[in-house]
Amino acid sequence: MEQQYIDLYKQQHESIKKHSAAVMNDSRDDAFALFEALRFPTVALENYKYTDLKEPLSIDYGLNINRIPIPVNPYEVFQCDVPGIHSYLYFVVNDAFYPVNEPRNKALPKGVIIGSLKEVATTHPELVKNYFGKLSTTKNDGLIAFNGAFAQDGFFMYVPKNVVLDKPVQLVNIMRSDVDFMANSHNLIILEEGAKAQLLVCDHTVDEVHFLSNRVTEVFAGEDATYEHYKLENTHTKTTNLSTLLIDQHPSSNVLANVITLHNGVTRNTIEIDLDGEHCETLLCGMVIGDKNQQVDNFTSIIHNKPNCNSRELFKYVLDGMAKGGFTGKLYVAKDAQKTSAFQTNRNILLNKTAKMRTKPQLEIYADDVKCSHGATIGQLDETAKFYMQSRGIPESEARLLLMFAFTNDVIENIRIPALQDRIKLLVEKRLRGELSKCEGCVICQ
Amino acid sequence: MLEIKNLHANINGKEILKGLDLVVRPGEIHAIMGPNGAGKSTLASVLTGNQTFEVTKGEVTFYGKNLLELTPEDRSREGIFLSFQYPVEIPGVSMVNFMRTALNEHRKYKNMEPLSATDFLRIMREKKTLVEMDNKLANRSVNEGFSGGEKKRNEIFQMAMLEPRLAILDETDSGLDIDALRIVANGVNKLKRPDNASIVITHYQRLLEYIVPDFVHVLYDGRIVKTGGKELALELEDKGYDWIKKEVEENI
Repeated sequence: MEQQYIDLYKQQHESIKKHSAAVMNDSRDDAFALFEALRFPTVALENYKYTDLKEPLSIDYGLNINRIPIPVNPYEVFQCDVPGIHSYLYFVVNDAFYPVNEPRNKALPKGVIIGSLKEVATTHPELVKNYFGKLSTTKNDGLIAFNGAFAQDGFFMYVPKNVVLDKPVQLVNIMRSDVDFMANSHNLIILEEGAKAQLLVCDHTVDEVHFLSNRVTEVFAGEDATYEHYKLENTHTKTTNLSTLLIDQHPSSNVLANVITLHNGVTRNTIEIDLDGEHCETLLCGMVIGDKNQQVDNFTSIIHNKPNCNSRELFKYVLDGMAKGGFTGKLYVAKDAQKTSAFQTNRNILLNKTAKMRTKPQLEIYADDVKCSHGATIGQLDETAKFYMQSRGIPESEARLLLMFAFTNDVIENIRIPALQDRIKLLVEKRLRGELSKCEGCVICQ
Repeated sequence: MLEIKNLHANINGKEILKGLDLVVRPGEIHAIMGPNGAGKSTLASVLTGNQTFEVTKGEVTFYGKNLLELTPEDRSREGIFLSFQYPVEIPGVSMVNFMRTALNEHRKYKNMEPLSATDFLRIMREKKTLVEMDNKLANRSVNEGFSGGEKKRNEIFQMAMLEPRLAILDETDSGLDIDALRIVANGVNKLKRPDNASIVITHYQRLLEYIVPDFVHVLYDGRIVKTGGKELALELEDKGYDWIKKEVEENI
């Protein structure tokens, strides 16, 4: 199944490059060569044993190499899942940054650049060049290599030294096509020393065709920078969402990443956070609500390269139907990373006998003065708690709902944007009630 | 209001209740005492619909309704309340949310409108003072991190909120110091009305100094083998259960 893409690249690489930027093209052929060698990952690979891509990759997707504009008005097809949140709002449609004339975006603090990666790579090549691919090209991963060969555009955000973004930035990814479609996009986020920013990434699908999104996001958090990354996926069951988030933390930086999968088809989140300076704080969390045939694999790595850093990781899954969940929590503590404190928790509830969860804590600790712990559990709803509630007159269905909601609550509490937290509480409750069996905000599904 | 006839119940195939009879009328307080393993807590569990126990024989009616056919939530809405021997901790579910959901489900059952937020909070405030419950506890998750005494007080608080027709207090005195015991017992006494009744399950006579029973039953080997007035509790405290066991064995 790789062959068609290999042939495509060989025939079309000139067009791919023509419709991208020089900075992005510099590493393109190398990425392609790596992909040709690695191919798409299969379950035979240790790092992909919980993500089965055979079926989604067998679909014949169209690509938009020549960047033909997609006829869509994002405001018409997209109803925001998070209304009432005051944000700087941007759209990426499929894999292209979508220019909208959003009056509120004009108030961006001075020096902040937000826009199309392709365009900024042309207008500010030096800026982009210092960062682009610095994390992604070092990875030995077929999907990341494929992205390096095919991605032509994406979202770009630059926050200069000591600049604080007063409002969250909201990036809405919309998948829109009349035929089965594949999108490869590359996002680049740079926070200089002392900068502060919050990014909310929402993934949506609006057409009832098969979509495959292969996205790589690179984040550089400079010294003393504070960055919050929220990813909210609410896509339909024919979507394959392959998302790689690579974060590099400089000394004393503070990063929160919260990855929430409300509704999806097949999802693979590869998340790697490198702590490359002392006194970094990292909080990585996520939750999954899955039913039907949904698959979600969160493959996470936190790499402590330097001493005196704290990391905490918390992932929770509620699975029903025939859903399959996977979690890997790789925690690496380098020999010199003394005084590391790292805690990892993964808790999962299976609501029936057909849902499946596979979880793997993977700790590699080479320093000897560290505090590290991990815990992984797979269980059912607490029957004694359910009976206790019933004995107070609460119906069984409501008791189950309250328990499920309570179970996910500590992940939701790690959303530091109050309006977003309230909204996600509501969406989670709706989803658990079964009212969100299709993605909300999706016109086609309604 | 409650009539239990020849009740038999199993857990994991082992028979615990072996033909229990009991009649409770409005306004009455019944104490059930007995040695460990006699079936006291099993009786409480069966009356509230705990599925781990299987009723194999007998009948239970509550105001003429077949109680055994009702779900645990409907039994609660009909007015049966169990103060748990071991109240359950429910992390992530706030007391307020828990109590409001429960109370409104009771109201729905009676075809009443749900309470407004202000009315609910007012009632909650009133009932909290009844058991001298700390304000902070109400804002926490259900029983999470509560001390033993706080958990028992919380049970009586919930009872005050739901105003049951029949309250079953399962070892409510266990693990309480004398002050907590007094507070809990006071709460129970204040909630007593001519139209409601209580079953007090206890090991010791201690609680019965505060909650004075009309009847004392001795439960032994799955049956009520002796019934008397409050003085029976004192006699049991004095002499233990051996003489009862002997009596039972002689009668066989």
